Amino acid sequence: MIEVRGLTRYYGDHPAAVDLSFTISSNEVVGFLGLNGAGKSTTLKILAGLLLPSAGSVRIGGVDLLEAPDSIRARIGFLPEEPPLYRDMRVSDFIQYVGQLKGMPKAEVLARLPGVLKQCNIADVADRVISELSLGYRKRVGIAQAIIHKPQLVILDEPISGLDPRQIREMRDLIVGLKRDSTVLVSSHILPEISQTCDRILVLAGGRLVAEGTEEELASHMTSSNRVQVSVRGSADAVKAALGALTWVTQVDVHAQHGDVVSFNATLDGDRREELAAALIKAGLGLRRLDAASGELEEIFLNLTKEARA
Amino acid sequence: MSGLLLVARRELGAYLNSLWGYLVAAIMLVIDGLLFNAFALGKTARYSSDVLEDFFYFSFGTTVITAVLLTMRLLAEERQTGTIVLVDSSPLSDWQIVGGKFLSALVFLGGVTFISLYMPALIFVNGKVSVAHIASGYLGLMLVASATTAIGTFGSAVAKSQLVAAVISGVIVVLALISWLLAKVTDPPLAEMFSYMSLFERHFQPFQRGRINTEDVVFYLSITFVFLLMSTRVLSARRWR
Repeated sequence: MIEVRGLTRYYGDHPAAVDLSFTISSNEVVGFLGLNGAGKSTTLKILAGLLLPSAGSVRIGGVDLLEAPDSIRARIGFLPEEPPLYRDMRVSDFIQYVGQLKGMPKAEVLARLPGVLKQCNIADVADRVISELSLGYRKRVGIAQAIIHKPQLVILDEPISGLDPRQIREMRDLIVGLKRDSTVLVSSHILPEISQTCDRILVLAGGRLVAEGTEEELASHMTSSNRVQVSVRGSADAVKAALGALTWVTQVDVHAQHGDVVSFNATLDGDRREELAAALIKAGLGLRRLDAASGELEEIFLNLTKEARA
Repeated sequence: MSGLLLVARRELGAYLNSLWGYLVAAIMLVIDGLLFNAFALGKTARYSSDVLEDFFYFSFGTTVITAVLLTMRLLAEERQTGTIVLVDSSPLSDWQIVGGKFLSALVFLGGVTFISLYMPALIFVNGKVSVAHIASGYLGLMLVASATTAIGTFGSAVAKSQLVAAVISGVIVVLALISWLLAKVTDPPLAEMFSYMSLFERHFQPFQRGRINTEDVVFYLSITFVFLLMSTRVLSARRWR
């Protein structure tokens, strides 16, 4: 569906995106994860046909963006971080207008309109003027304008920024629902959203692609230190006594004791989780939980971006 | 063509749904009416054709100012509010976008201009002027509206804010208005060039007097085309870079 090769974009001397290469399959939801200034918005704007790349190629549906930009634009729906809305228009009129602007015949737009309003959960405000809507509704109207023309690719730049928890949940469901008809690219620096809505994650730092894969793949990538988090029934002293004699346990950090359950992180010399479990049980400590400590997406993200910056 | 009309319809709706459109239209008509009453009609007996000429003289000024005020928002506002993304990411050509926006402002301005028709109608009913004289004057006004709207569209395409757009368009229009003064203080061939560029002095006065010259029609249409062409070039350069 999308094939990006060596994509580079400079603003003056500053590289915003450097030698990005990735492919995205049809009906996949892919998240662009990165800190502010990582190059997410620049990359998305290039894919949306709004910015010219300084170097590299982008093919969408087999068509080169530079060779047929208008044809590509008609197949893309784009929602920037700040929804581009004509605030003097009514919601349904606005969505209809954008559909036609994207080249869809009026009759087809009108036929699709009720479904899109329902899908985006804005049917109840269809006749209201956009300036009267809350941010949550405006974001959803922004998504409606991005999908009204049935695009093959939907690009959403920070779609959940500024939303409250209830609106975030609704937006998450909406984004996941979009993959039925389209490939979806979502950028965010809010990590749980990327993890919960995307099939795959591309991590950007300093304009470079530093990692890509599913959450699990990224987690496994980062577990080379073999840090594990463990909860056992027993005391902190008993844990230290049991593990202190093991040469392959290089570090133990007890961080919580709730009743008779103690939680700690341990650093192992290799992936020796089975041996650790056996040692704890042998020491008479009731094993409650043993997990990879670096499995948290936030930690993966920070480690990856730290590596890239270093 | 359908893309052009789509943009034009949306922009026309923006004028009709906003206070700004009505405010500018009202101010134009009030000033036009006051000038007509105070100066064109005057306090002494005058020939009807002189009154009509003066009406078109004042209407020229109000039309030019209104064009600048109406067009300053066309592209600059979209850039300010971020809605330019909708236009930029659409498959419409630069000509369709610029043409649609130009057409909306021209249609709105034309509508407002024709509301002033009651003043020539009063002269027609109470005096002695020909319909052809009135028609000629209004054709001139529409051509001036077309040229200044194109200049305003260009100003709005260049500027990032509406205020700057109005200033750029205003400066271009004023330069075109006073070019006949430059013609007086320069030697040929510059004098002839400046004289030809005069927006009012050389090209509008014939319409004002009820005469239609092909040269004047071509002049205003050329100005329109050149500034629309420049607008598309500016949009193209900014749209995908």
